[in-house]
Amino acid sequence: MKVERKCKIVSKERLNHDAVYMVLEAGDMVRTSCKGPGQFVHIKCGDSLLLRRPISVCSCQEDEPEDLVAIAFEVRGEGTQWLADRAVGGTLDVMGLLGNGFSIKPEGRYLLVGGGIGIPPMRGCAQYTEGRSTAILGGRSADKIILRDLFERECAKVLIATDDGSLGHHGFVDALVRQELEQDRAYDAVLACGPKPMLRNVAKVAAEFSVPCQVSMEERMGCGVGACLVCACDMKDGSRKHVCKDGPVFDSREVDWDA
Amino acid sequence: MPDVDLRVNLAGVTLKNPVVVASGTFGFGREYGQFYDLGELGGICAKGLTLHRREGNPAPRIAETPMGILNSVGLQNPGVDAFIAEELPFLRQFDTKVIANISGNTPEEYGVMCEKLDGAGVDLIEVNISCPNVKAGGLAYGTRPELAAEVTQVAKAHAGKTPVMVKLSPNVTDVTEIAKAVADAGADALSLINTIRGMRIDVNTGRPILKMNTGGLSGPAVLPVAVRMVWEVACAVPGLPILGMGGVSKGEDAAQLMLAGASAVAVGTALFADPFAPLTVRDGLAALAARQGLARVAELTGGVKPW
Repeated sequence: MKVERKCKIVSKERLNHDAVYMVLEAGDMVRTSCKGPGQFVHIKCGDSLLLRRPISVCSCQEDEPEDLVAIAFEVRGEGTQWLADRAVGGTLDVMGLLGNGFSIKPEGRYLLVGGGIGIPPMRGCAQYTEGRSTAILGGRSADKIILRDLFERECAKVLIATDDGSLGHHGFVDALVRQELEQDRAYDAVLACGPKPMLRNVAKVAAEFSVPCQVSMEERMGCGVGACLVCACDMKDGSRKHVCKDGPVFDSREVDWDA
Repeated sequence: MPDVDLRVNLAGVTLKNPVVVASGTFGFGREYGQFYDLGELGGICAKGLTLHRREGNPAPRIAETPMGILNSVGLQNPGVDAFIAEELPFLRQFDTKVIANISGNTPEEYGVMCEKLDGAGVDLIEVNISCPNVKAGGLAYGTRPELAAEVTQVAKAHAGKTPVMVKLSPNVTDVTEIAKAVADAGADALSLINTIRGMRIDVNTGRPILKMNTGGLSGPAVLPVAVRMVWEVACAVPGLPILGMGGVSKGEDAAQLMLAGASAVAVGTALFADPFAPLTVRDGLAALAARQGLARVAELTGGVKPW
């Protein structure tokens, strides 16, 4: 059975001007619906907004008395602003865990690539692979490189790129992906989350080095469970899959990057 | 409070309660079937079918609006044959009525689909002549009385004993004209309203949110339009059963549509915020009928007392 429940906000933290990190008490949500890192929760943001907001899971764990789900999101509009304004101790109406995560093995070694608010979903992959993976984090400027300390603790290596050069490599993450794969191709896969142009470029570099690549896609969503079919993602074979149910993670070779 | 008899009759089909889920908001039931027993529902209008598989329109296909949403899915579906082979047997496991929704490019396509669905055994066929999101057919059939009548006749001629319910578009000057034409052509029931054409623009980019520029508006914002149109149609074609829909999210909304003349109601957009919305509407409606001392919820139908 799918879960929709009231979740208590147990902690809240501002990561930068726009991004908020929250930990939720989620009953048995993780036990009943966790399929691995990369899933999302669908959160009701007040009574006046009809659509829930899909938010990626940053990390989650089975726990007592209740499972814990950590999320991080950026305030982009009315819904996420409402969410950011909730106080610790308050409750949220949450559906989850939804979608399919990254297809990864705990003993694997992965090149994790996160751009901007695409950084948090990669954290679950870092934890899952227990220090073997490498993370490449990118953003417009230094303040957009969120959760850096967690990745430094949970990855073998962390590389950073900023568009304005205020931290790490001056440029985009795909340049660092190329640099890393030139030195070391022994990754089981490249796993990426971020804006679509970034994902396209990362997928291209991974393909050049013949390293498998999985990407977590974003699209405006309705029901979140695969019934309303609005969150279409164009596939290479001409079909349209759905981010909420078939994704959000897809094999980069399946995606039509020219759509 | 005494138990209210929730059963209603829609074109000869007995629904265990008046709450149906609207086509296009419930897939083929599998997703929401993970939340509750689909047998709790009065009926399920399955995702709109076409003769052949369709991939629908490019994303973004949804935009939020004040108390509403716009969608431009464009009838993405696996085709009528795949529905019959793969989805109908699943839906048939539940103690609820199955309503197939069909759209054709030509009257002949409607006929072919009706024949297949009648053979496969669905409880009702909802003929969509009002999809605002497809170029061919769709809305065109729903805005011209003679075309609407032609599609209805062909559907009736091929649907055998399966009742045919025609879904009307609100995107017309006078909905009663279409309703009368469809009634004269032999429709067993009407469903209304489909979505209202709308548009939302991102003021920062100057771009419409929807990739198709325009889409269909649904949600609480359209409820008063639905109530008005159901009332107009009920007055224009008395005796023809109506499945009312448009912005229903609570029992009182459903009661309004029934008072206006609907025999049953469909819940759609409310599902996205709350998967349990159809059950909430059903329970709210039952409580409201009980408070009013009704023995049967069907007594609400057409009970409006206009000034």
